[in-house]
Amino acid sequence: MAKLYFSEEHEWISVEGGIGTVGITEYAQEQLGDVVFVELPEVGTAIEKGDDVAVVESVKAASEVYSPVSGEIVEINEDLADAPGQVNQSAEGDGWFFKIKLSDESELDDLMNRKDYDAFVEGLE
Amino acid sequence: MTEVHVFPSAPAGTVSGNRGLTVEEPLLFEMGGEAGCGVDLPEPRDVPDHLTGFARKGRIGLPGLSEPQVVRHYTRLSQKNYSIDAGFYPLGSCTMKYNPRLNEKVARTTGLGDLHPMQPVSTVQGALEAIDAMAAWLLGLTGMAGVAMSPAAGAHGELCGVMAIRAAQEAKGNPRKIILVPESAHGTNPATAALCGYSVVAIPATAEGRVDIAALKAKLSDDVAGLMLTNPNTCGLFEREVREIADLVHAAGAFFYMDGANFNALIGRVKIADLGADAMHINLHKTFSTPHGGGGPGAGPTVFSQALAPFAPLPFVRRGDDGFELVETRAQAGADAHPFGRMKGFHGQFGVMLRALAYAMSLGKDGFRQASGDAVLNANYLLARLKDVLSAPFEGPCMHEALFDDGFLKDTGVTTLDLAKALIDEGYHPMTMYFPLVVHGALLMEPTETESKQTLDAFIDTVRALAAKAKAGEADFFHAAPRLTPRRRLDETLAARKPVLRWAPPKAE
Repeated sequence: MAKLYFSEEHEWISVEGGIGTVGITEYAQEQLGDVVFVELPEVGTAIEKGDDVAVVESVKAASEVYSPVSGEIVEINEDLADAPGQVNQSAEGDGWFFKIKLSDESELDDLMNRKDYDAFVEGLE
Repeated sequence: MTEVHVFPSAPAGTVSGNRGLTVEEPLLFEMGGEAGCGVDLPEPRDVPDHLTGFARKGRIGLPGLSEPQVVRHYTRLSQKNYSIDAGFYPLGSCTMKYNPRLNEKVARTTGLGDLHPMQPVSTVQGALEAIDAMAAWLLGLTGMAGVAMSPAAGAHGELCGVMAIRAAQEAKGNPRKIILVPESAHGTNPATAALCGYSVVAIPATAEGRVDIAALKAKLSDDVAGLMLTNPNTCGLFEREVREIADLVHAAGAFFYMDGANFNALIGRVKIADLGADAMHINLHKTFSTPHGGGGPGAGPTVFSQALAPFAPLPFVRRGDDGFELVETRAQAGADAHPFGRMKGFHGQFGVMLRALAYAMSLGKDGFRQASGDAVLNANYLLARLKDVLSAPFEGPCMHEALFDDGFLKDTGVTTLDLAKALIDEGYHPMTMYFPLVVHGALLMEPTETESKQTLDAFIDTVRALAAKAKAGEADFFHAAPRLTPRRRLDETLAARKPVLRWAPPKAE
């Protein structure tokens, strides 16, 4: 069973077998509005936790996406090139950005669970 | 594009689709086929073919239109435009001030308007003197040591500043890797730093909308080449700790770039050199009242401190023994100068410099002082008269622009974008929206000093009435806006996802 974590920068990461799938949260897509372009990292790139690894551009703004963990990019969501709207339709599902092979699973301890993240978002309103 | 003369988005109830004198205008290519012909040139006869096989074989498909058809086309398009001559333009951080007619008169003077950049220097002494005089104004108003007149726009001036920073760091042996940019800076700042090969590191804003000094201290290191600070920032607030920021940056061996886009709030009152800046661009098309946006080319002269002035780009005007000279090469520049290169062909936007010089000479130093004071007063008037119906995220007073967030629209079903569209129906160019990003659903208004109290009052009354409508639950009114424009609400998402960037002839069935 994959475990789900959230960052203060509104990324989610779902980890299973040492591989994390990363995307932006439902709250983030709602704030951005219609997503028109997603720039993804190259497979094989080594990433430090907190690095800006992707760019998401909406009709309102272009924002950087930070990696919630360190590791190596092993897969990217190629579908987003032609269908960036997937991020709006399914931010925490089909709208995932990239998969990363975690180099230090203890970094997950710094992230929030769903309940804490929901409370964090509540505090931003 | 198949709907040549059918415009379903603008139902006018007329048989033509036109709305009175607002005419539906097709593209030139849609208007004229190749069958028509605007000019009648005789076929060349008995001309030997020197084209060695490169002669055109197919038709190039230009539309055949007459001169009046083309003139009407462009005149009609221009009538759809909104301009500072047509109405109030409160676009934040853009300083859309009135462009005085005197500037235009001066720029069109015979002898100045018809110059060619390839003319011998001996025949353009007056023009060089005008550039030199404008440079002297900029140095006098900022207290800085040097100025590059050639950058052709604000972002071009930023590029000039950061290239000088890079050159200066390289001269010290290491270009360094990082440029720090606060969150409240103009969006062009991080873009400029990235273009010059630097990594951009953001500095967060404090709850009161200014640079977080503790965060700045934590990010400064000997990898930092410089800091780019917009002051007043895009929250319309003066960075009060600017001196301390400059000292911290200098202590780390870095340079302080100040974005001068908001210079209109300071001009005639603050010497930029006193703030510790090493470089700042000045948007002549903002602060110096030359046309802005689609109205014409801009110019972004960049002033430099003593430390950066030697690295200023070529060319520049110098007063020599035999009159003015245009220094075009490193050899001409002399041993003390280390120009990093050249920003532009020729000497920059001379026509813009002339307009700015006309403006500077008609205002004078005391006039500039009054202009910046009135600009700040007008912005605070908007803030004071709107903050009870809109929501202001930061404690005033503000500088030259007033920032609101969308808190007042909470639970109304109306967004900042909807409100802006409704403003268009009321005859106003909307304010800057969703920028700066540090507040939610931002509405940023910059009235400038050239607006009268009557204009501001009429605008304020309109915004107050719209806010009341939104709060009264009339969301549908806003979602349907704009109603009165040549086109209704455009599909921005489709335009961004599937942009149609050029016309193509309709495919044969």
